[in-house]
Amino acid sequence: MRFVDEYRDADKARALAAEIARLCGPGREYKFMEVCGGHTHTIYKHGIEDYLPENITLVHGPGCPVCVIPMGRVDDAIHIARQPGVLMTSFGDMMRVPGGGGNFFDSNAEGTNIRMVYSPLDALKIARERPDVRVVFMAIGFETTAPSTAMTVLRAAKEGLENFSVFCNHVTILPAIKAILDSPDQRLDGFLGPGHVSTVIGCEPYRFIVRDYGKPLVVAGFEPLDVLQSIYQLMLQVRDGRAEVENQYARVVPWQGNPTALKVITEVMELRPYFEWRGLGFISHSALRLREEYARFDAERLFDLPGVRVADPKSCQCGEVLKGVLKPWECKVFGTACTPETPIGTCMVSPEGACAAYYNFGRFTRARVREASVR
Amino acid sequence: MNDREQQVLDRIERARRRRAGVKEERITLAHGAGGKATSTLIDAVFLEEFRNPRLEPLTDAAELEIGCSRLALSTDSFVVTPLFFPGGDIGDLAVNGTVNDLAVSGARPLYLTAGFILEEGLPVADLESIAASMAAAAEAAGVLVVAGDTKVVERGKGDGCYINTAGVGVVEHPWRLGTSGVRPGDALIVSGPIGDHGVTIMLARGDLGIEAEGLVSDTAPLHGVVDALLTATSGVRMMRDATRGGVATVLNEIARAAEVAVVVDEDAVPVRPEVRGAAELLGIDPLYVACEGRFVAVVDGAETDRALAALRGHPLGAGAAVIGRVAADPPGLVLLRTGFGGTRICDVLVGDPLPRIC
Repeated sequence: MRFVDEYRDADKARALAAEIARLCGPGREYKFMEVCGGHTHTIYKHGIEDYLPENITLVHGPGCPVCVIPMGRVDDAIHIARQPGVLMTSFGDMMRVPGGGGNFFDSNAEGTNIRMVYSPLDALKIARERPDVRVVFMAIGFETTAPSTAMTVLRAAKEGLENFSVFCNHVTILPAIKAILDSPDQRLDGFLGPGHVSTVIGCEPYRFIVRDYGKPLVVAGFEPLDVLQSIYQLMLQVRDGRAEVENQYARVVPWQGNPTALKVITEVMELRPYFEWRGLGFISHSALRLREEYARFDAERLFDLPGVRVADPKSCQCGEVLKGVLKPWECKVFGTACTPETPIGTCMVSPEGACAAYYNFGRFTRARVREASVR
Repeated sequence: MNDREQQVLDRIERARRRRAGVKEERITLAHGAGGKATSTLIDAVFLEEFRNPRLEPLTDAAELEIGCSRLALSTDSFVVTPLFFPGGDIGDLAVNGTVNDLAVSGARPLYLTAGFILEEGLPVADLESIAASMAAAAEAAGVLVVAGDTKVVERGKGDGCYINTAGVGVVEHPWRLGTSGVRPGDALIVSGPIGDHGVTIMLARGDLGIEAEGLVSDTAPLHGVVDALLTATSGVRMMRDATRGGVATVLNEIARAAEVAVVVDEDAVPVRPEVRGAAELLGIDPLYVACEGRFVAVVDGAETDRALAALRGHPLGAGAAVIGRVAADPPGLVLLRTGFGGTRICDVLVGDPLPRIC
C-alpha cells in the first residue's frame, strides 16, 4: 500500500535501531513519553519495543481521547440518551467506556438508542433525515477532532437544524502535558509529540516544554519508522544536551499548524474554566465547550444534566499509568479484575489506551516471545 | 523484563484460564460478535444447561455416530444487513454458512433445513430473489433443502429477513479431525485472501462514505476445496472456517484448545489491497474481519507442500498460503511476527472491532 509500506520497512528499522543503540550511554536509563494514544497503538501493534535497547523505556501518556473521559461524563451521556426521543451518537471506541452504571452497550440493552458514527457529519445526516428524533453527538477528542465538531455545529446552524446538538467533551493537550511535567514523580527525558494534534495546533505551542522544563520534544508520525526515527532524534538531543522542538512528521504537520481549523474551533468553542480528566483530576483551562452563541446546539444546556462526579474505583490506577508513573502491568488490578472484557479503568477500553494496548499486544515477556518466534 | 513483571503476567494467565461468568445483566451486541463475550455467554448459559460430550468440543458441527455411519450436524442463523450486497445476499450466505460448517468438519453436506423469520412489509420480490439464490447455492453445494419453516413478525420487530439453516452431512474420510491432533511443527494454512466479506458488508452499509471498486463478498461453498485437500493428504489435523471474529479468533481457539502456541507471520497472511486499505482507514485489523468462504487448516508440517498444492489446484483455494506454524511454547497464545519485524500477541477481541477515533 503506497504511503504506508515505505514506513514499515524492517531493514530500515534495523538500521535505525542500531543507530539508537549506539547513542545509548552505558548504564544510563532513558524514559520518553509518547503523548498520543495513536503512538501507543503503533508501538504495540508493530512490536516497536523489540527494536529498542533495554535501557530505553517508553511511557504511555494521556493522549488517548476516551481514556481521559471521567465516569461522570459517561453517566451524563446515558442520562441524555434516556430522554424521550433522543438518539445519541458517538465514536466507536466510546461504546465500551465504563460509567458509574455501565457503558453504552449496557445502556442500549436497557432501551436507549446510542449509535456509533464515524464522523459528526454522520450524526448531522441522521438529524436531517429523522426530524422526529433529537440527535445528540457526544464529541470527544483533542484538537484533532474538535475542528470537525465545530464545522458540524456551523453547518447545523446554517441549515437551521433544530433537532441536533453536541455533548461537548473536547479536551486540549497542552494543559495535560503541563500537569504531567509539574507532577513531582515524573522522570522523563523527552516527549514524542502528538502528530495528529499538531496538524491543527502546529509545533510552536510546545515551546514552553523546552524553555521552562528543558525537555526535548519531537512531533512524531504514526507509522512504525516514524516512531523509531523520532526516538532517534530524541536520543541525539539528549546526547548533545539540547532541548528543542523538532518536527519529524513534516510531511503532514506544518510548523504553524492549520490556522483555518483553529479559527473554526475558536469561532464555535471556548475554554472551560476547568474540566475533570480521568485519573488526572481537575485541570484548569483544559477543555472546550460551545460558546453562548451556539447554546441551541449545546446538549449540556438543552438537557438537565445530573453532572454527578463519580469517583474512580479505588483499585484503579489509571492516573498513575496516564502520568507514566506506573507501567500498565504495575497497576494492582491489571489483567485480573481489569481486562478488556471488564475494564475498570478507561486505559483498558480503547485499543489506544496504554493498558489495553499492553494487554492485547505486549502481555508477554519479550524474551519468551523472541524465543518462540525464531524460526 | 523482570521477575515482578513475570509474576504479574503469570497471574494474568491464570485469570485468563478461569471460566468467566456473564457479568452483564442483559444481552448486548458484543454477545453476538463472536469474540470473548460470545464464548463467555455460550459457556456460562448454553453449555451449562446443555452439557454433553457431543456438544462440549464446541466445534463447527457435531459428529454423531448413528448405526454404522458417521454424521455431522450443524446449524447457523443469518441476520446480515443489508440483505443484498456485492457478491451475494443473505440467501446464498445462509446455505454456504451451514455447508461450510459441515465441510470443515470433514463431512460431505447432504441436506439442509431453512427457517425464515420475515418482517411485515418485506417485498415478496426480495424474498423470491433470496430463495432463488438459496436454490442456486444449494445446487452448487450439492445439497437439498428438505424441510423449512416460515414466520412473520410485526413491522419493526425484524430486519426484513432472518434465516436459520441446519444441515446434515456424512463423514466419509477415515481421519479424525480435531484440535487434539494439533502438534508443534504443524503448519497453518489459510485457503485464500481474508476479510473480503466483512469489509464488503461494512462498505455496503454505506455509512462510511468509502468505496472499494471490485471488492465482493467471498461467500462460497467450501466442500469441494476441502475434499480436494482431504483427498490429497492424510496430514490434515483440523479445519475451521473463519467467519465471525475472523482468522485471529480461529487461531486463538486452536491455541487455547490444543494448548499450543500459534506463531503467525503477518506478511504471509493474504489480504487484498482493497481490504487492507479499508481496514487501515478504519483502524481495524483484517485478521479480525469475517470471511464467508475461507478456512484455516492445520496440517502436518511434512505435508505442507502437498496440502498447499491441493488447495491451490482448486479455484476456491487458488490464493491459499501458509501463514504460520504451531509451536509448543507459550501455550494458549497466538503470536504475530509483524511485517515491521516486531512480535506481538494477537488476542481474541471482546466484541466487534471498534473503529479507533484518530
